[in-house]
Amino acid sequence: MVRTAIIGAGKMGISHLSILGANPKVNLVGVCDTSKIVTEMLTKYSSMPCFDDYKVMVETAKPEAVVVSVPTKYHYEVSKYLLERGIHVFVEKPFCLSLEQGKELMDLAAKKNLVNQVGYHNKFVGTFQEVKRILDGGFIGNIYHFEGEAYGPVVTKKKADTWRSDPAEGGGCLMDYASHVIDLINYLLAPITECYGSIVKPVFSSKVDDVVFSLLKLSNDITGLLSVNWSDDTYRKMSTSITVIGDKGKIISDANELKIYFKDKTPEGYSKGWNVKYITDLTTEVDFYLRGEEYSLQMDHFINTVDTKATNSINTFESAYYTDRAINLIKTNAR
Amino acid sequence: MDRILFGDNQFFAVNHISDEKSRAQAMRFKDDKAIMKTLDYAIELGVDTFMCTTHERIANICEIVRNNPQKYKDFKIYPCMPYAHKYANAVTELGILGTIKQYVPGNFVGSMFKGGMAFLSKDYFSMIELLIDSEMKMFKGINTPVIFLQNVITDLLLGLGMKDILVGYYNYIKKKYDAEAGFITMNMPMLLDVLNSAGIENPIICSSINKAGFRMSGGKELYEETLANRKLRAIAMQVLGGGAINPKEALEYVCKLPNIESILFGASSKGNIEDTVSTIHLFDQK
Repeated sequence: MVRTAIIGAGKMGISHLSILGANPKVNLVGVCDTSKIVTEMLTKYSSMPCFDDYKVMVETAKPEAVVVSVPTKYHYEVSKYLLERGIHVFVEKPFCLSLEQGKELMDLAAKKNLVNQVGYHNKFVGTFQEVKRILDGGFIGNIYHFEGEAYGPVVTKKKADTWRSDPAEGGGCLMDYASHVIDLINYLLAPITECYGSIVKPVFSSKVDDVVFSLLKLSNDITGLLSVNWSDDTYRKMSTSITVIGDKGKIISDANELKIYFKDKTPEGYSKGWNVKYITDLTTEVDFYLRGEEYSLQMDHFINTVDTKATNSINTFESAYYTDRAINLIKTNAR
Repeated sequence: MDRILFGDNQFFAVNHISDEKSRAQAMRFKDDKAIMKTLDYAIELGVDTFMCTTHERIANICEIVRNNPQKYKDFKIYPCMPYAHKYANAVTELGILGTIKQYVPGNFVGSMFKGGMAFLSKDYFSMIELLIDSEMKMFKGINTPVIFLQNVITDLLLGLGMKDILVGYYNYIKKKYDAEAGFITMNMPMLLDVLNSAGIENPIICSSINKAGFRMSGGKELYEETLANRKLRAIAMQVLGGGAINPKEALEYVCKLPNIESILFGASSKGNIEDTVSTIHLFDQK
């Protein structure tokens, strides 16, 4: 059993909490949130011990592992506090608001030899995992272009401001939506190291960006496009996709469907020409499902890594730091 | 419950395997007339139960049904609440308290705060009752013998261990709407354990049940075992795995399972509806 606590039971936090609650390896020792309605409802209807001050919770409940799902601007302060006390940390994405903060947390986690994971759940999606396997096998030859895209209906009219609409607090399409695609590109192909130019602009928001278009170069010299728009209400929910073109083939994948064209050499289970596979064939089964297998899988991964005293190699603070770095590059080159 | 229930995913661009198909469906069912035409095909084939989310467009469908009482005299709707995207978007925009303020009718939240934060369990549940009532408004005058809680809420409560709210929902639906409460879930065996432990026997549970084992949490074998040995009124959904499983094999698998009271499916074309209905009848006779 892993003594686990959560700080921040908002939209993502409450979903993590439910997934943790259903995990037999988890001993939930504390939930911390500043909203009284959330903690009182949990106290009334569940058996979870609730707190409104995370420092008090850590002192009292003594967790070994903590899930941090507070607004982005608090990620640094809260994670640092936990790492300093030898606690394993899962923190929501995006990682940190400044590169210095991210670097400090990354180094601290390494120095203390603590499990560190960030909530970029796409790496646990079966189709994207298959894309990774095929790319690593070199089956589509020399890659000369990629397109990373995400579209969805988050801000489709002028709205009241929240922390998500404040650039100083980590709001905006680039930080919130595009970060998923950037992280996926970094993971599947190579880290983004250069930005030739970006358009980062509002459509409906008053203070933050709603669309991001960018021309990018990776550390292995592959170039491509990023196109992200969270003001597109022709999508029912967020749709993230990646297209990769090489001299031996092409991959088009989203979270549900994988389409691959092979010119000659194919991996086992595929044939020359077009191949279509669905998430129904590619996903890993989970013991408890809430909103997508990937949410359960990433949390299981965190808990198992802590439980078996292993070292985490997926969605580490380091990989999330490279994502923050790419976000920074895109922002600096925006016009 | 009828053997075959007609679902609504295709009408609202919900497709679990393809964004392209999803967009094609959004175009095809842009007008309510197109939805109605497809429902009429299903009714012609003897499928009289429509299981649908409380999506705002369903209000228009209800209006058409109410205005043609003779034509739809045997027609039933199984509402599934809530339409979660509405609330999820609101939580992103307004926060949890803001969402409650927006959707709970009247000035319930205001009065709670004025009353010196008297957060009693009774208050929470009456807030939930108000939300249920507001979701049910559009079905006034329509036959709704079973009313479902959507999987995202059922499973959220299940993971949080909030058994009393699941029971409260069950009791309220019975009392207020004189209907059966049903639960949609992606965790059928786990939910059944929890409902049984709360004294709810033989519950109506709608869950993913398919040959591929897709979204059958805990594993296909555990589901098969549960169906064979436990008491529940099971509805199988996602029997075709979103279209990824060969339809004949998919339906044969589900029809041969013990204890499946109903099969839920959705389709856009007359041909596909006919094929599915006749294939289910064929395997049922075998």
